[in-house]
Amino acid sequence: MMPDLGKYADAVLSAYGVSLALIFGLVALSLWQSRRALASLREIEARKDHDHGA
Amino acid sequence: MASLWEYANPRKFMGTSGALLPWVSYGAGACLVVGLFWGFFFTPDDYRQGSTVKIIYLHVPAALMAINAWFMMLVASLIWIVRRHHVSALAAKAAAPIGAVMTVIALLTGAIWGQPMWGTWWAWDPRLTSFLILFLFYLGYIALWSAIENDDTAADLTSVLCLVGSVFAVLSRYAVNFWNQGLHQGASLSLDKEENVADVFYLPLLVCIAGFVLLFLALVLLRTRTEIRARRTRALLARERMA
Amino acid sequence: MIALLLRDLRLAVRAGGGFGLGLAFFLIVTVLVPFGVGPQSELLARIAPGILWLGALLACLLSLDRIFALEWEDGSLDLLATSPLPLEGIAAIKALAHWLTSALPLVAAAPALGLLLSLPQGGYLWLMVSLLAGTPALSVIGAFGAALTVGIKRGGLLLSLLVLPLYVPTLIFGAEVARRGAEGLNPITPLLLLAGITCGTIALLPFASAAVLRINLR
Repeated sequence: MMPDLGKYADAVLSAYGVSLALIFGLVALSLWQSRRALASLREIEARKDHDHGA
Repeated sequence: MASLWEYANPRKFMGTSGALLPWVSYGAGACLVVGLFWGFFFTPDDYRQGSTVKIIYLHVPAALMAINAWFMMLVASLIWIVRRHHVSALAAKAAAPIGAVMTVIALLTGAIWGQPMWGTWWAWDPRLTSFLILFLFYLGYIALWSAIENDDTAADLTSVLCLVGSVFAVLSRYAVNFWNQGLHQGASLSLDKEENVADVFYLPLLVCIAGFVLLFLALVLLRTRTEIRARRTRALLARERMA
Repeated sequence: MIALLLRDLRLAVRAGGGFGLGLAFFLIVTVLVPFGVGPQSELLARIAPGILWLGALLACLLSLDRIFALEWEDGSLDLLATSPLPLEGIAAIKALAHWLTSALPLVAAAPALGLLLSLPQGGYLWLMVSLLAGTPALSVIGAFGAALTVGIKRGGLLLSLLVLPLYVPTLIFGAEVARRGAEGLNPITPLLLLAGITCGTIALLPFASAAVLRINLR
């Protein structure tokens, strides 16, 4: 299945590797930050509702 | 048709972007998988560049997005300055790290491609140099955002920096051109030129570009939502402390 | 306005730090270069214009954070902002004061440091001309950066990060004028471009600086 990359295999593979790693890193970081922001917002909103509701 | 400005309302934005985000993300994933697989497995080698031509599917879209991300930040900053829509300022903030990563990808893939093709990792070629300068602009912009505590002040200051920076980025581009004529080939994609990349490479490249655009959109939406939530959390915390 | 300029100049002279430090820094950088690249005078002569420009630029950078810092700390910036003077004018005057106290001594010292780096005969005139034409832009851009970071504690490093990319076009054209001058080529084209950048920044950036100051004073 792997195409024959010839003598430039290292270059092509490392370019793909580096780029995909960076993209995945950015996506993972963004998702993690998003989860964290949502969690802390939920927490504080729950606390607020609790204070006022009861 | 609702006016575009309605999305300046954070609540409205959260609703629409929440509905839109999964679709944009799926689209981005699909385009990237299809485009990159197509490019990596099913395109022939170039007769001069050999298999390194496959790097184009990452290099060109990343470079395009690196510039367009800055352009988007410029427009968002202008909207913030003129109409003071918070979502706009936060979207500019959200786009900056993405643009910076795209710039790094463009520089790294370019260096990896340049090593076997030009025989050097780095040359002080105008295009390469301008990208490095663009990266410095991104760094300064991100650093200024993170240095200021007050959100509105930060949004104002970074917007002005973005405007001034844009002017200087363009100036630097021409200055660098003056300073050194380059090795880099001309535009890979343009409508009016004979010497475009060949069709075999062109179609998967278009898919990859679409993938990068959608990826950028998805990330901007996601990160803007994060910023809006974080800001709301801070506001609620402040109110709690007051009470 | 003139009173403000005179006051700034007097403060700089009295504090002494302003030009003394910048000049000493410029001298040290120039002295360190041969240690780094070796003492061959042909090599030094080739890189002298660029090194001198870079040294002057970095020495300018050193004193930028003081443009607005003192007034910000003791609150007189608020007074200045409420005075009948337009804030744009104040920003321009501050940049001018910085240029007179920090950049002009560097320009005057540059030929002496050129001797140390064995700058070729013809280079001195164009080095001076290019520095004279280019350093005002450095001061005005620097004042903009100083206005941006005035409210930030320990903003010095951030200031350099923001200002250095903005210095790129000025450095390119300035060093190009000096290099062409030193090599006996015609330096008029880059000189005109350099002067264009200087005029443009002087005309426009004080407005940006004033806008930024207003935001910071809010």
